[in-house]
Order: sequence, then structure tokens, then C-alpha cells
Amino acid sequence: MSAETINAERVKAAIEAAVPGCRVKILPNGSPSGQLSLILDHEHAVAAARFLRDDPELRLDFCSDVAGVDWLDAEVTEKVKVKKVVDGEEKEVEETRKTVTPGYLEAVYHLFSMEKKHGPVVLRLQTKNRGEGARVPSLTPVWRSAEFQEREAFDLYGIVFEAHPDLRRILMWDELKDHPMRKDYVAPADEDEPAGAVAQEGGR
Amino acid sequence: MDGAMEQSEKSVRELKAELSKHGVFTTTFEEIYNWGRKSSVWPLTFGLACCAIEMIATTMARYDIARFGAEVFRASPRQADLIIVSGTVTKKMAPQVVRLYNQMPEPKYVIAMGACAISGGPFRDGYNVLKGIDRYIPVDVHIPGCPPRPEALLSAFMTLQKKISEQQLTGEARPRHLHADQPSEFTVPEFGEHGLEPPVNEEVWNPLKVLQ
Repeated sequence: MSAETINAERVKAAIEAAVPGCRVKILPNGSPSGQLSLILDHEHAVAAARFLRDDPELRLDFCSDVAGVDWLDAEVTEKVKVKKVVDGEEKEVEETRKTVTPGYLEAVYHLFSMEKKHGPVVLRLQTKNRGEGARVPSLTPVWRSAEFQEREAFDLYGIVFEAHPDLRRILMWDELKDHPMRKDYVAPADEDEPAGAVAQEGGR
Repeated sequence: MDGAMEQSEKSVRELKAELSKHGVFTTTFEEIYNWGRKSSVWPLTFGLACCAIEMIATTMARYDIARFGAEVFRASPRQADLIIVSGTVTKKMAPQVVRLYNQMPEPKYVIAMGACAISGGPFRDGYNVLKGIDRYIPVDVHIPGCPPRPEALLSAFMTLQKKISEQQLTGEARPRHLHADQPSEFTVPEFGEHGLEPPVNEEVWNPLKVLQ
């Protein structure tokens, strides 16, 4: 499982050569592990995954894990120095600028090769947004082991996996409307005891 | 009136003690009936999480719950007297726990074993854990601990035995199963859009109250 055997740049080049039109982005990782992940575009994700599984050099035959990630709308505040004309004089004025990056959901796949004994290669599929567009293509047709884990990500994060053979909730009950692992999930409030409650005579 | 009753009960106790010194054994129907019940409490074969492992240990030779007549774990609620809620009750499991309790014949008892069963424990703020089984069924003995040791379960069981032997067969203070108009089945919660419906059974739950 060494990092040298799986070079993200090499995998990216191999995918792009094998799947015409596929756009692979490498997500930098500042941590000591230096484990890079590949962001695939939706149209070519299944073809790219199939290539990763079948390529005789990579042979990533085992999808060990599918995880969901929730990225909320991110608001970045920057202070920028701008030249402005103030009282007929040109001055440098500090201005605060806010940029809002819209939130999205992400499915993360960890791939290993049993045959070649190497890995992991990390794939990421990102949704357009956190609402109606929370859809990604399912990779279950490529790796059967992704079936239940994609159902879990659907259940807890609300990511819809297109072309999944059996997309139902797996942990929570079917009637539930929420996706409890989302960062903005709020648990029902009527379950708690009144705050500051103390034991009283006759009670518990 | 109460004073006179107490006085007569005391003299009956003294008379019994005196007679037993002379080799005459006396009892009351209530006493021997309760003695029989408390000495053969059959628990339900039912475990939910790690507490169940401690419960199993309690049944084995080292802690030996057979000493108290409770070694006969029945795999059917129809034959069980006691449900030991041993472990985390998830919201998905809660209706099944209530349903099993409803299927037990009266008189029936509940021991809530461990932090999870009594309050949700370390998972209390999670999205899928019930914050105590006493929200849906009446609990007789609560055991704190995570998990409680077998000795704690034995202690809880002895507490339950004491409770059974003190139950009166007649009078207003008689237990639920002797009141024809009191329920022996409780509302099974349903899966709602955001949580269980209802979130608590108000007739059963006796939460701490704000006094001021």
C-alpha cells in the first residue's frame, strides 16, 4: 500500500487517455499522507471507473468504502486594498469582500487492488448543489460492494445515485424525510426533558 | 384507623415469629403467592447491545442467576414475566420492544439495564437513539452503568423481587395487573417523518419536572 506505486498524476493521465473526453481533477491534500483524490465528471464517471477496475496495470478490483461528505455554503471574507478617489485624491482604501461558494454533497470511493496489492485510489463525485441537484452516477454497476454503501449515503446525506439498482433507505425508516448526517440537520425538539428539571416528590 | 391497622399487623408479625420458634409455620395467601411469583421470574430472551453480554454473563455459572429462580430465559414473550431491556434502543427498534412487552402476559415487569436503556446514554444526542425506554413502557427497576456489572443486574433483580413480594393482592394499592380497568398494553410508536410518533407516551412517562 505504498504511495509511490499509485501516483495520482499517472492515474489521471491513464484515465484521460483511455476515456476520451473525461475530465479528471486532482484534489490537493495538505496532510502528511499526501493522499490525493481524483474528482470525476458525471458523464464519464462510470466509464472511468470501469477502466480503473479492468486496466491490467491498475486492476482496482475492490471498492472498500463509499463515504458521503456534506459541504455547506462557504462564506469567505477577504480584506482587499482598493484604490479609490476620495475627496478628489486617490487613496488606498481597505474593503471587505464576501464571496459565497455554494454548498454541495460528495461521494468518496476508496479503491484497492487485491490482485496487485496496491491502493488506495480515492475517487470523488460531487453534486451540483445540496437540493434538487444532489445527484451523482452510481458506481454499483462497476463495484457490487458499493451497493449498500451508496444506499447509506443516500439515506444519511440524501445523495441520489442515478442508475443504482435498488436505491432505498438502509438504516433509517422509509417514512423519514430528513437526512440526519447533513450538517444542517436539526433533531426533533419535542424529545427532551424540560431544561433545568429536578426530581420532585412523587416523581422520579 | 391506620394506627390501629399498623398495630394489628405488628402483633400478627410478632405472633408469627413466636409460633415459628415453636415449630409452627404460618403464612398468608398473599405472602406465599408473592413468594412463588418472585422465585420463578422468567425473563425474555432479549438483548440489544453490549449490556446483553453482561446479562448473559449473569446467567452463567459464575454469577448464576439460577440462585434467584430466573434462569429460565424464554424465547417467546407469551411465556415471559420480565423483559430486561439490555442495551441501546434505537428508534427503529423501539416499536418492536413495545410490541414484545405488549405480548407478554400479566403480571409483567421491566428492568431497564444500562445508561442507554434508561436515558440514551452516550448516544443520547444521536439522531436514531431513543432517550430512554421509560418513554413508552413502565419501567420497574433502572440500572445505571455502561455496561452495569453482573452484580448490578443481580442487585436490580433482587430489588424487583422485593417489589414483587411487597405487592398487595387487594386494596387500592394493588398493582396494575389486578386492576381490571388499567392497561396491559401500551401504544406502539410509529415511524414519523422526523421521528417516532408520538415522541413519548404521556400516560407512561414520568419525567423530572421544573419546580420553579
